[in-house]
Amino acid sequence: MADVALRNVSKRFGTVEAVRELSLTVNDGEFLVLLGPSGAGKTTTLRLITGLERPDAGSVMIDGRDVTHDPPGSRDIAFVFQQYSLYPHLTVYDNLAFPLRSPARRVPEPIIRRRVEQTAELLHIASKLSNRATRLSGGEMQRVAIGRALVRDPSIYLMDEPLSSLDAKLRAELRLELKRIQLELGATILYVTHDQVEAMTMASRIGVIRDGQLLQLGTPREIYENPSSSYVASRLGTPQINFFPASLLSGVPVPPGTETVGIRTEHLRLAARNGGPMVGRVHRVEHLGEQNHVHVDFKGESLVTLADPHQPLHAGQEVELSLVHPLCFDRAGRRIPAMVH
Amino acid sequence: MTAAVAKSALAKSTAHSIVEASPRAKAVASSLVILYAVISILPLLWIGATAFKSQSDAIAYPPKVIFEPTLEGFVNLFTVRTRQTPDFIAKLPPPETWYDKLVRQHDMVIAGPSKVVPRFVNSLIIGFGSTFLAVFLGTLAAYAFSRFRIPLADDLLFFILSTRMMPPVAVAIPIYLMYRQLNLTDTRLGMILLYTAVNVSLAVWLLKGFIDEIPREYEEAALVDGYTRLQALRKVVLPQAVTGIAATAIFCLIFSWNEYAFAVLLTSGEAQTMPPFIPFIIGEGGQDWPAVAAATTLFVVPIVLFTVLLRKHLLRGITFGAVRK
Ligand SMILES: Nc1ncnc2c1ncn2[C@@H]1O[C@H](COP(=O)(O)OP(=O)(O)OP(=O)(O)O)[C@@H](O)[C@H]1O
Ligand SMILES: [Mg+2]
Repeated sequence: MADVALRNVSKRFGTVEAVRELSLTVNDGEFLVLLGPSGAGKTTTLRLITGLERPDAGSVMIDGRDVTHDPPGSRDIAFVFQQYSLYPHLTVYDNLAFPLRSPARRVPEPIIRRRVEQTAELLHIASKLSNRATRLSGGEMQRVAIGRALVRDPSIYLMDEPLSSLDAKLRAELRLELKRIQLELGATILYVTHDQVEAMTMASRIGVIRDGQLLQLGTPREIYENPSSSYVASRLGTPQINFFPASLLSGVPVPPGTETVGIRTEHLRLAARNGGPMVGRVHRVEHLGEQNHVHVDFKGESLVTLADPHQPLHAGQEVELSLVHPLCFDRAGRRIPAMVH
Repeated sequence: MTAAVAKSALAKSTAHSIVEASPRAKAVASSLVILYAVISILPLLWIGATAFKSQSDAIAYPPKVIFEPTLEGFVNLFTVRTRQTPDFIAKLPPPETWYDKLVRQHDMVIAGPSKVVPRFVNSLIIGFGSTFLAVFLGTLAAYAFSRFRIPLADDLLFFILSTRMMPPVAVAIPIYLMYRQLNLTDTRLGMILLYTAVNVSLAVWLLKGFIDEIPREYEEAALVDGYTRLQALRKVVLPQAVTGIAATAIFCLIFSWNEYAFAVLLTSGEAQTMPPFIPFIIGEGGQDWPAVAAATTLFVVPIVLFTVLLRKHLLRGITFGAVRK
């Protein structure tokens, strides 16, 4: 395992700037998650690290060594691709053994067998080893794809949305397994996703990326509690953060320059009317089982928040709103630190 | 409970599934297919039957469907014979083999083997040799066109295709003159090169379609794992392109196996293939239809065998590139 760093890396495809001036260091043993929407440049970033794409500018370092011009095979990286990760003409066993049989490595067959069996055990696919790769369920395929990386002991694992094609239950299961495996192996992982839950649950640090730019890098907690911009704030949290024009608020102290206020569930209290200035009307209550999403109309804007299922709220009801340390953003969407009391 | 079962059984028997044809439609479809198969295979069967007829049975009118099979046609195909007087034959020592005996019944003796075996061998060497070369070169070129950024790739591909737009025979005379200069006339090498040149453009185009369909992530995964480009091609791309390669090989083989015009023009002895040789059989000693039929039967066998061997890949191959996209 080793550190991997990108230094001011840029890559464009024709007119599309897929990655712009991106700098990022993945520390040894870290689980770093890049979180971004479709087309943000996540896959391109991983391909740049692997050497499948050449950067237009900047450099790629592995363990302090500049590998920008090295071919992919010599970088000692394991890559789980977003799609098409298994060879349909091979069995599961041969798929898992494929990376170890590479002429660059020359691992003896008995050791390959042991590694493959260990990995299969780890991913609970040991009983499927003699199956054709095409005769597997989607979840099993995904595990084999991850297994193809885990059989190796590379300087870093790169994973490109490895759980994206799975159903919610399996995804939750594999999320836990992956995190457990990472801790067990002490592996360095750079993981790419557009799913905030994956980022929040697995990451040591999260990097939020959009339009090829790294917007913020920090622990899940930092990113959630201290987003640097309204965009980053909107990437995390369910229901999504509410943005509310500061000018419509009365009686709430905000720092100067505040244009919008970001209100998450934990910043918003709902109570029965008691003469306070901020009165809203419940517009709709969505019952999601363990929790309720409450839509509240307030001064022509709609705010969505969580409510205890036992709290007796119904559509049409008037409620008193109060804000607790909401997030403040300026005109450009930059975060303005809260006033120190 | 039982009512529900009955109801679902009823639903099964009446409702027509969209994917599954009704039994009647299936019966009609299969009888049409069988009819078509019979019509198209009948001439082949007739040729096959004629190969085992005697000369008189072969030209009998009305045609004989039931006849006494004989290997005369094959014996005549494989041998050169001379006519002798009955006295001469009577004085000969008794025939050593069954074919000597067969020939003597017609007042002839075997003078030696005919040229059919070397001609057939020529066909095999030239047909399979040029097919192998065209598919090999075609695969490499198709892979390069599919995967690398090649300057003017579209123009080059069009150029490659354009070599097929003119019927090959249109350049027969320049090629004839060129081959004479190069001493390639009537050589197997010359024919292999010629058929390869004609086939390779088809091979490039067909194979490029197949290779384009294989996601490049497969090779990239191999590259990341430390395989070289060539190893990735061999271990990852080729196994998945095998369908396309089989289909392409059959197309190429059929062309070079059946090619007649160039074979007539450029070969006369050493390198002569079966197509120009077969008509000669007719001329040797009257119209020997059984021998011609025997030669034709023999000629068809390798292609049929080759196609049957690759059949598993072929069916998918022909629709594969065409249907998607
Ligand atoms: N080979 C390519 N040629 C041209 N444009 C490309 C190429 N690869 C990526 N792009 C463009 O670069 C941008 C970033 O693409 P990338 O695949 O990195 O996004 P992503 O974040 O992985 O998205 P997704 O979540 O959908 O996988 C996109 O606008 C994409 O269209
Ligand atoms: Mg991607």
